Amino acid sequence: MQKLVLLGDEAVAQGALDAGLSGIYAYPGTPSTEITEYVQRSKQARKKNVFCEWAVNEKTAMESALGMSYAGKRAMVCMKHVGLNVAADPFMNSAITGANGGIIVVSADDPSMHSSQNEQDSRFYGKFSMLPMLEPSNQQEAYDMISYGFDFSEKYHIPVLLRMTTRLCHSRAGVKRSEKERKQNELSLPEDLRQFVLLPALARKRYKTLLKNQDIFEKESKNSPFNKYIDGKDKNLGIITSGIGYNYLMENYADRKCPYPVIKISQYPLPSNMFKKIAAQCNELLFIEEGFPFIEDIIKGILPKGLRIRGRMDGSIPKDGELNPNIVANALGISVTKGKPIPELVVNRPPSLCPGCPHFDSFTALNEALKGYSKGRVFSDIGCYTLSALPPLESINSCVDMGASVTMAKGAADAGMLPSVAAIGDSTFAHSGMTGLLYAVNDKTPITVLILDNLTTGMTGGQRSAATGKIENICLGLGVEKEHIRTINPLKNHHKENVRIMKEEIEYNGLSVIVARRECIVELNKRMKAKKR
Amino acid sequence: MKKDIILAGVGGQGILSIASVIGYAAVDAGLFLKQAEVHGMSQRGGAVQSNLRLSDKEIASDLIPGGKADMILSVEPMESLRYLPVLSPDGWLITNTRIYNNISNYPDEKKLMDEINKLPHHIALDADKMAKDLGSPRSMNIVMLGAASCFLDIEYKRFENAVTNIFKRKGEDIINKNLMALKAGKDFAENAINI
Repeated sequence: MQKLVLLGDEAVAQGALDAGLSGIYAYPGTPSTEITEYVQRSKQARKKNVFCEWAVNEKTAMESALGMSYAGKRAMVCMKHVGLNVAADPFMNSAITGANGGIIVVSADDPSMHSSQNEQDSRFYGKFSMLPMLEPSNQQEAYDMISYGFDFSEKYHIPVLLRMTTRLCHSRAGVKRSEKERKQNELSLPEDLRQFVLLPALARKRYKTLLKNQDIFEKESKNSPFNKYIDGKDKNLGIITSGIGYNYLMENYADRKCPYPVIKISQYPLPSNMFKKIAAQCNELLFIEEGFPFIEDIIKGILPKGLRIRGRMDGSIPKDGELNPNIVANALGISVTKGKPIPELVVNRPPSLCPGCPHFDSFTALNEALKGYSKGRVFSDIGCYTLSALPPLESINSCVDMGASVTMAKGAADAGMLPSVAAIGDSTFAHSGMTGLLYAVNDKTPITVLILDNLTTGMTGGQRSAATGKIENICLGLGVEKEHIRTINPLKNHHKENVRIMKEEIEYNGLSVIVARRECIVELNKRMKAKKR
Repeated sequence: MKKDIILAGVGGQGILSIASVIGYAAVDAGLFLKQAEVHGMSQRGGAVQSNLRLSDKEIASDLIPGGKADMILSVEPMESLRYLPVLSPDGWLITNTRIYNNISNYPDEKKLMDEINKLPHHIALDADKMAKDLGSPRSMNIVMLGAASCFLDIEYKRFENAVTNIFKRKGEDIINKNLMALKAGKDFAENAINI
């Protein structure tokens, strides 16, 4: 078959389609979004009736995938690294239930925080859950690992975690597809109908199975086509790389001829024998990992004393941020090439709200409505509107995790900070804001919740928002008083009226919701363009 | 053969469409390719870049090492200078001269051009104007690509094929306008080198 030029994310998606995927479950999040979008655009997926609608959040995605697996079919769950925190409950327990149809959980990490609030390393979730884990080093491996991962998942009745990182997710390269397209599984229940019943007595048994399987998983890692021990003549140094760290190492040697022994890890649990071998052969070890010093920390404990170990921990490689060829060159003592410095007159150009963005008008009105009060009262959330923390708006005072605006405003109000305002997007509200709102309603907490409804999931590129058309009814259903659910149109020529409504609700000694509804300007432009054609 | 290119611009200016044309031409020429993009938050009007690597051998890293880029191709003049640390001493800087001013502290335009003119190997063109003169203001990107095309060791006709293919769905008129834009950029660069 001919080579396709694919993003790492797209290679995962194509790999899944060719491996008999029946459903993909995901909530958008950079850098994972393009996996699901690829499936949604794919003719192959449509023809085969692959389920690919967006989930409400990562937890619902993970659970639905587990249901599809129960029914015997192959399912994939995709999320960004912090999404796995949201899905952690079903994820951790899926290691105990195991799988029936194959499941692959894709978690895309964002070292350097290009588009995230932290740079947590999902491999810790792999170890924590004791699930086998794959970490591709390039686009081809990302493709190949999906079919391999599904087979593995079904062979051992266990979900498999696939860890991606931004640079691989969002980089294109040629990918060769397999000759054959696998058919989807038929419906089939698990052999043991109590497999997914985690009553303590049953869970204890299943947990023992998981523990027993660890040795088998390690043996699989030892024989994995993706893990390699590449010998080198010069034993002064041994190098351990994982994922795309391997590429940055090889970039520093012409024709990939590294003189030192190298271990390339792309499948976990770690094959300990490989490490024993390299430790016996070499005087010093260097760990090159995209992310936290995960392998370094585990392996350190089993190595002979006196062996010098270098990596993120001793500062040979910076403790934070993503790798690049130069960082690795420095660690290897190879001189680094450099161009000219950036001229002083070049200034930063941070991201900003698009011209015509409804959030700009919403926050301009909110700033004015809050003028009479001291600063620092607006709790916000994850989305484009987080950019309103920056000049010129400087409207918000928090951005922590999906949904935290509502609950943080509640906590601050409980502490006596009145007024307290929450500002949250429509998709984020559906994801994790509704439960917090119910909590505040039940306690009659006098907060003002501004729901910025741009009718889409804007930041990640305009995906379906689960709450579209339902927000007022959701708020009513949760018990918000009808007369304190106000809807405004965030436009410049409505500014005066919007400020008045906001002031009224901020002054109201009870819980109120203001829905600021206007379509995302990017989505509107897209729609207009499509109409013209 | 190896060509490492930094594509630069501001989120929304469409540098990724340049990348896809070069990518198409490169794969057509049987070359290996890696192209790292920026998605997500920075796309909202922030500085964006793409690392595009072409080679007749397999490519290891998705990122270009410092001081090794053969070219910076930028659709905005200030953005072109941001990536100088990655440009090799023999590398070319090819930039649009039309500024995109969405920040309050944008530098003085004349001083900016002075910095660009200091570089030994550079080509600066008002691609916005050239595209507009051709009656196709949205083809600014393709004018820039045309200017870069003579440095990439890929036959010109492959770029024409790539443009034709990528704009296939938009009809004959759009294809022709973009082919003219490609040629205009190429002619400008060839003239500039000869002087």
